[in-house]
Parts: sequence; C-alpha cells; structure tokens
Amino acid sequence: MNYLEHIGKYFMMLREVFKRPQKWKIFRETLFREIEDLGLKSLGIIMFISFFIGGVVAIQTALNVESPFIPKYLIGFATKRTMILEFGPTFTSIILAGKVGSYIASSMGTMRVTEQIDALEVMGINSLNYLVLPKLIATLLFYPFLVLIAMLLGIFGGWVAGNLTGLFHTVDYINGIQLDFNPFFIKYALVKTVVFAFVIATIPAYHGYYVKGGSLEVGRASTQAVVWTSVVIILLNYFLTQMLLG
Amino acid sequence: MIEVTNLNKSFGDAHILKGVSAVFEKGKVNMVIGQSGSGKTVFLKCMLGLHTPEIGDISFDGRVYSQLNIDQKRLLRTEIGMLFQGGALFDSLTVEENIMFPLKMFANQSKEEMLHRVNFVLERVNLPGSNKKFPAQLSGGMQKRVAIARAIVMNPKYLFCDEPNSGLDPQTATVIDNLIQEITAEYNIVTVVNSHDMNSVMEIGEKIVFLKDGEKAWEGSNKDIFITDNEAVVNFVYSSNLFKKVRESYFKESK
Repeated sequence: MNYLEHIGKYFMMLREVFKRPQKWKIFRETLFREIEDLGLKSLGIIMFISFFIGGVVAIQTALNVESPFIPKYLIGFATKRTMILEFGPTFTSIILAGKVGSYIASSMGTMRVTEQIDALEVMGINSLNYLVLPKLIATLLFYPFLVLIAMLLGIFGGWVAGNLTGLFHTVDYINGIQLDFNPFFIKYALVKTVVFAFVIATIPAYHGYYVKGGSLEVGRASTQAVVWTSVVIILLNYFLTQMLLG
Repeated sequence: MIEVTNLNKSFGDAHILKGVSAVFEKGKVNMVIGQSGSGKTVFLKCMLGLHTPEIGDISFDGRVYSQLNIDQKRLLRTEIGMLFQGGALFDSLTVEENIMFPLKMFANQSKEEMLHRVNFVLERVNLPGSNKKFPAQLSGGMQKRVAIARAIVMNPKYLFCDEPNSGLDPQTATVIDNLIQEITAEYNIVTVVNSHDMNSVMEIGEKIVFLKDGEKAWEGSNKDIFITDNEAVVNFVYSSNLFKKVRESYFKESK
C-alpha cells in the first residue's frame, strides 16, 4: 500500500471516529479510564525526565557562559525558554509518542488479532468511535496539563541543579526566569501540544486498528506507530514554529 | 430463517466464495463444514456483515442485509449473538462487565435488571459466581462459556459460532456442543456453526453445508452424512481411520 492510500485510509478512519458516541454514559466511563491510562500513568515519567533535563540544560548553559561579560541571569533565561518553547511541548510529546503511542497501537492491534474489534462490530457498535474517540479526547484534555507540569518542573530542576553545583546563584536564576517573559510563548507551546496530542492518539490508533496477522505484526505495528508519530510530530513542529513564530 | 443467495466474495485476485446459496432454519443447529481455506470463515463473516460480498444477498427473516440502512443494520446486529473462535472477550473487563456490555450499550435497563440478567445467563452456561474474574483467570472452556453467555444475553434471534471447539479437550468440547444445541432449541433461534470438528458435526449438526474451494459441494443432516456417496464429503469426513470404522459399522448395523 502506498503512502497516499495510507493517508486516505487515515482520514476515512477519522470520519468514523468523529461520529456521535452511541451511548454517552459509556463514553464518559471510557473517557475517564483513558485519562487514567494515557494521562495520569504518564505523569511520573514526564515529571522525572523534565526535572533532570531542566537541570542538565541549566548546568550546560552555565558551563558555556563562563565569560565575565555574559550575565549569569542568562542561565535562567535560557533554561526557561528551552523548557517552554521546545522541551515542554515537543520533547514531551516525543516521549509520549513512545510510551502512549506504543500502548495504543499494541492494545488495539491485540484487540484486532483476537477478534475483539470484530466482536464490537458484530454487536452493532462503531468500534472506531468507541475505541479511538475517548483516547483522543483524553489526550487533548490532559496533555496540555502534562506539558505545563513539564515546563515548571524543568525550570525548577534547573534551579535545583544550580544550587547543588554552585554554578550560579538563586537570585540570578530567578531574574533570568522573569526576564522578557512573553505569555504568547505559553500559548504557542499549548497550541503545539494540542496538535501533537491529536497525532499521538490517532496515528498509533490507525496502525493498531488496521493490523493484519498475529502477534509479530502487532509488534511491527507498534514500532511503526512510534516511528511515524515521531516523524509527524517533528515535521509539524517545524511548520507550526514557522507559522506561529516565524 | 437466514437465506443466503449466490454469495460471491473475492480478496484481490483470490475468488474465495463462488456463488454459495444456503438456507438456515430456526430451532436447528446448522453447521458449515469444510477444509481449512474452503471459505467457511469468510462465509460466516459475510453473514455477520464484517465482509461485504460483491454479489449475492443475505436475508434475515425477509430483511435483506444489503438493502437495510445503517440504523436498520445496527438494529439487526443487536439480534445477533456471536461466539468467536478465541472467545473474543474484552481483556480489560471482568466476566460480569463483558456480559453486561451489550446490555449497557443497547438495553435501557437499570443496573439491578442488568445484573439479574447477567447472573441468569451465567447460571445458564454453568458458571455462577465467576462475575468478578477476568478472562485471563479462566480456562479456555470457561472463556467459551462466558462468550456464549455474552452472545445470548440480549436474547438473540441468530447465533453464530466460529469453531466453538477449537483448542478444547473432547470433554469440554462436548459440553460446549450440548450447550449450543440446548440454547438453540430453548430460545428457538437460528444457529450457524462453523466447524471442522467431526465429533460436533455428528453430534449436533442437524443441517450441514459442506464447502469445497468456495463452493457448496453438499448439504444434508448428520444422518445423511453416513450414507452420502459424495466423494468430497467422504474424503473430508472419513479421513481418519476411526471415522472410517464408524461408517463401516453404521452400514453393517443398517444391513
């Protein structure tokens, strides 16, 4: 199957996904379960990574601005900008593409090869709508919070690293954080996050839903889902940055 | 009654079903048999609406599937119960939630009413008290029984079973066969079973359709299958020495 066919099939899948849920009560229940599975269960890894990445960014910046002519508050400034503009939305989404993307593709792929999706269809249930829409809404609702937490923890991690290494002072770091604060950057980051959340929920769902074969193919679909989700995130990141900041 | 007329289905260049016609009656266990690759599963999936045939019609008590609109198809599907080869139970749900799932989706009942119905069908398949177990905690036979319970919970008019005995020991397979037969008679439903388990065919096959290379090669009952001289059926059914001997002794006794 060529790329155009895949793209066409993906959009036809979305048409089925965006139909009205057959039973709102079931949809609500599934949505809360997906928020837990796709969102809350990712909180720990995102907090851990963002805290340490923030620390590393601050240390590396501090080590690279040793000149007395460069003010120390630039360390806090650089850490803040990195966390808000790129690490928060893009890097976090790439991590989620790996963690959540593989989960979505493999769980749906397993449902396909064990005929659970056929069982839904035979019951008269729109399986795409039932399986994918709650995942999509869960990621769209929850990932902006995850990204905001990642930004805050990254900046906090930078401050902790500075204190532990003695490379810069708290006052300088806080001055850097407050310097030239542009609220639009937060909006920019959240817009990117929402677009990436859509990609993280739907591309792995596509790969999992249409898998054919057995467990080996489910594994392959899971890998492909992560690769393609990451590729699309990177490409969209470029275009969104060009459109919103260029 | 389910009436299948001139069903044709292809996948790419492979012509899987070649004009299959059959009638499946109410209150009888109808069986579709044939070698692996003969088109049994595709035939069943066409009847279930999971595959769309290129030519041919399937009529459910006069309702021609291809002529129904989306809502009518959805309504028809609520009248269908399906037992998949592997059970197809939802892994993340308990036995109770699995069985309750169609009720929650389509029946406007209170939680108590649904629970009552779930317990009733669980007793019917001889699995009372297993409500809170997950499918992974059940044996293959128990999973099949839960799948039967889920298939009948909505009081279906049509029950389809794809290889209900695959992977089961002979004793458990007999239990499943008997259950299918009892439920068919009790609820007076149209049951269509895909199988190549000859024990099942001999035991419960009240009407048998034999498929060979995507075509209907023979039809009859489990009594007729002993006396048929259709070469394809004889080669398929009596391929084992045990069944050859069973057939020989049947002829000796009838003489």
